[in-house]
Amino acid sequence: MSKTLAPPRPTPTGRATPRGALAVRLFGERISLLVRPRTVAVCLALVLVGVLALAVTVTVGDYEISLAAVPGAILGYGERLDVFFVQGVRLPRALTAIGVGAALGIAGSVFQSLSRNALGSPDIIGFTSGAATGAVLVILVLGAGRLAVSLGAIAGGLLTAAIVYLLAMKNGVQGYRLVLVGIGVSAMLGSVRDYLLTRAELTDALGAQIWMIGSLNSRGWAEVAAVWISLAVLAPVLLALGRRLRFMELGDDTAQGLGVPIRSTQIWALAAASALTGAAIAVAGPIGFVALAAPQIARRLTRTGGTTLVGSALTGATLLVVADLVALRALAPTQLPVGVVTAVIGGSYLIWLLYTEWRGVRA
Amino acid sequence: MALRAPTLTRPTLTRRVLRPTGLLLALGVLAVCALLSVTVGAKPIPVADVWAALAAYDGSYDHDVIRSLRVPRTVIGIFVGAALGLAGALMQALTRNPLAEPGLLGINSGAAAAVVIAVFAFGAGGSAFVWPAFIGAAVAAVAVYALGSRGRASATPVRLALAGTAVAVVLQGIVYGVIVLNDFVFDRIRFWQVGSLAGRDLDVFWQVAPFLVAGVVLTLCLGPSLNAVALGDDLAATLGARIPLIRTATALAVVLLCGAATASAGPIWFVGLIIPHAARMITGPDQRWLLPYAAVLGAILLTAADVVGRVVLPHSELEVGIITAFVGAPLFIALVRSRRMAQL
Repeated sequence: MSKTLAPPRPTPTGRATPRGALAVRLFGERISLLVRPRTVAVCLALVLVGVLALAVTVTVGDYEISLAAVPGAILGYGERLDVFFVQGVRLPRALTAIGVGAALGIAGSVFQSLSRNALGSPDIIGFTSGAATGAVLVILVLGAGRLAVSLGAIAGGLLTAAIVYLLAMKNGVQGYRLVLVGIGVSAMLGSVRDYLLTRAELTDALGAQIWMIGSLNSRGWAEVAAVWISLAVLAPVLLALGRRLRFMELGDDTAQGLGVPIRSTQIWALAAASALTGAAIAVAGPIGFVALAAPQIARRLTRTGGTTLVGSALTGATLLVVADLVALRALAPTQLPVGVVTAVIGGSYLIWLLYTEWRGVRA
Repeated sequence: MALRAPTLTRPTLTRRVLRPTGLLLALGVLAVCALLSVTVGAKPIPVADVWAALAAYDGSYDHDVIRSLRVPRTVIGIFVGAALGLAGALMQALTRNPLAEPGLLGINSGAAAAVVIAVFAFGAGGSAFVWPAFIGAAVAAVAVYALGSRGRASATPVRLALAGTAVAVVLQGIVYGVIVLNDFVFDRIRFWQVGSLAGRDLDVFWQVAPFLVAGVVLTLCLGPSLNAVALGDDLAATLGARIPLIRTATALAVVLLCGAATASAGPIWFVGLIIPHAARMITGPDQRWLLPYAAVLGAILLTAADVVGRVVLPHSELEVGIITAFVGAPLFIALVRSRRMAQL
């Protein structure tokens, strides 16, 4: 490689790193990376808020548990009621919330990268809509239990995503066509759901509607395992693809010129993000807004240009665990489905962000 | 606002002849659909009786069906379809986004939230939904537009889309919350949210008619200005277009049209999204032709869908919102696949 093509080296006087970033070089430049102090601080703050919310979820409720008793209760020591509430009810619920939130945050970030659209979400390829329709069919037509509903949701989601992808295929899949076909298919499925809801008995229809809002009420260790195993398998795949996705946000031609294999990146990212969404929906129902808002909120908090996978995951997890706490306590003893709270809180927060961001801006 | 902007494409001779002819043809199709809508149903009524019912009402059962059921829903169907088609075309021109539709301004969610609150607070039902739906739609749209045009800049396309999503999500959350707490509200809202023309009487139409007419007139005045806006803000401004004024007027027209449509038929998605695309394929990007076409095609789609919904099931009726999705979506997908989508 000729000297002129070598990456710029920092000189004692010049700046070779972007503003607000520190270049970290280890082992004589064998490992070098850019660290943005702001991003690190934001991530740490998110973790802190998430852990606080977790602690409150576990200790506060109609049955109060002191924080000191929690570690023992997790291991099975202490008062029987303490152990029951911590081990059997509150901890799995909070862990499910964190896992589902992280999964939705990552998936949303990937979909927004792929569609190059701030409004991109698992909805655009019809996944959420298909999953909801599958679940509503199982609830209203077959009348089966929760496991069958989860399976129905996953089957419906994957089937719909595959149909949308195939319908959008024509000399390759363009993001734009994928979005349009996804909207069309989702609209059809939405009307199927509306039809089923109007023809069912009120209580069944209400059950299906609550499932569609998304809820974490009475989730146990099986759900924790399902969502965390999916995260452990799929999140690394997407993190590995993260760099290529960042290039693809620049446009297909530019990315191709930079050596990114577009087709395979697209397929792998779509598959992994869909599977992650599927796991989240199977566990908690299609909780709205987290996948849409987490990447946008993360971007505004960290003030980075593109989408960040880790930031989105942490934002999603924190958002959901806080929202679930509100869903539990706001109208106690009535437990709201968490989807209600993510919509109201997350939406209001996004409005506030936009409001302050646009205050003095010339477009 | 009566701005003479250059047309975007020099119309070819065929297009100059085809566009008026096509519009007449479309009006003819609409007339056929309207006739079908009055005659077809659970009880088919011959055309002669329809005429008799309108001209010389004798109080018979058939005449009663025509006057109190079939004619109102046909009239409402035509106007709702036209309003949605126009509003969709305006939204796509305003946001320069081919995926924009009236729902993006928060219209449907605003209407739904207001209807839910009306049922929850006052136990409202039936045609009492009209005013809450209209007010809710208008308030939501104003909120979205105000948020989008915050600061010194005017509302850019991306801002409107983001602001619309944020507001719609909050309203959706409120709807969900009330539904969960109260079965009765859910029972009402699940029938309203499908979108239907059944059981509307002409009172509903007369309540919203002033807004519809105002919206249509405003829209047809906006055509030339929107052609200028399509060239981009900077170029349009140098041509003398007053961008903030045009944007505000367009948003106002959308609110009037969609508020009236949603108030009379409930939320009907998708018509506002696909009709402008279909119209653009016929007319090209010239808004002065696109807008009338969008109105007529929207009316055709909604009336035809309503007729199909009455005959497709043996003993019951499918709501028009379901049919428009089922007829419109495959058509839309076929359009998307068949050629390069006309860019805005």
